[in-house]
Amino acid sequence: MWAVALLVFREVLEAALIVSVVAAATRGVAKRGLYIGGGIALGATGAVLVAWSAGLLAAAFSGIGQELFNAGILLAAVLMIGWHVLWMSSHGRELGRQMQAMGSAVLSGASSLWLLLAVVALAVLREGSEIVLFLYGMRAGGAEHLWSGLSIGVVAGAAFGFALYAGLLRIPMRHFFRVTNAMLVLLAAGLASTAARYLIQADLLPALSQPLWDSAWLLGNGSLPGQTAHILIGYDAQPAGMQLVFYVFTLVALWVGAKLIHGDAPPARVSPSATAHADPAH
Amino acid sequence: MHSFYENAYHLLVFFDTEYPMKRLPPMVLALLPLLVSAAEAPSYTLVLKDHRYQPSVLHIPAHTRIRLEVINQDPSPEEFESNDFPAEKIVMPNSRMSLFIGPFKPGRYGFYGDFHQPTAQGSLIVE
Repeated sequence: MWAVALLVFREVLEAALIVSVVAAATRGVAKRGLYIGGGIALGATGAVLVAWSAGLLAAAFSGIGQELFNAGILLAAVLMIGWHVLWMSSHGRELGRQMQAMGSAVLSGASSLWLLLAVVALAVLREGSEIVLFLYGMRAGGAEHLWSGLSIGVVAGAAFGFALYAGLLRIPMRHFFRVTNAMLVLLAAGLASTAARYLIQADLLPALSQPLWDSAWLLGNGSLPGQTAHILIGYDAQPAGMQLVFYVFTLVALWVGAKLIHGDAPPARVSPSATAHADPAH
Repeated sequence: MHSFYENAYHLLVFFDTEYPMKRLPPMVLALLPLLVSAAEAPSYTLVLKDHRYQPSVLHIPAHTRIRLEVINQDPSPEEFESNDFPAEKIVMPNSRMSLFIGPFKPGRYGFYGDFHQPTAQGSLIVE
């Protein structure tokens, strides 16, 4: 049971952290609960379908179907998060001011909500399909207590997600979207780096240098903190050079893009005194 | 489930078979020149049996791109994965898959089976 719980926990954790960052980044947006819930439901359904056709996927594209599928999902998520980040860099201040003025009131016009729904769905789909496949194999092998293992893993993983979300909500409102935007950028860069891993193992890209460095003595990929850092900031203890290329490219592209957009819209200053007590989380 | 596979078989025929080059999407075609580098990569094989890797220690040359074939003789799926190098690929029950790893600097690199971690452990000795 504990082996099942542990694997389920690790997969759920990955998806839950991504969902939490997205949930925080859409704070105050009308009906975002529906979008996020819908994204999770869509992802879970997709996970079953993907696991179901795993044999097909394994055989597709001369045997590199899995890699193309995973890299495709990851890069799609990177594009969607990137779009949201750029959109927020032109509208984020406005959103922040509205929220300060109205408490945690409803905001309209978050045009990239659909993209974030898709990001949630893709995260759940990718991790969920592994869980389904794993449980299927376990059941075939006659393992017992699958349901309790599954439940413990899901609850524990989700708890970490909620903890992150609760922590993010404590960030003062005037910094809030800057922080969540920065987190989205790091998240996207990490996903891009993971996409590179798949393209390397499919031999579509060279590894460049393997490993580029080794910081496993400090923070191992397999440890819980290492895995959390892997999702949130794209940490890798022994990355290939090509992963760093993808990571840095994503960071720079989003940073430059946000700067360019900022140039068009001069910042609207909000005085600290007006915002000091406006944080609706308290 | 069977009807699903029957329907899906047409997709498979579309994706794979004898003329993969013609069927690949443009993005992949653009990347194809990079494939040439590893076309001659030496091949090594791991067998999964009773959720254990055989051999559990594999010696491979340094600074060389390696094609690694994983044969799963168990009736349940497994995921070949490593924390030490880019590798994460599912191998279905009673089937095989291959992936490319390296080139590595000399050293020891662990790998495992994600779905049966207590037993499915192994390492590469790169020398």
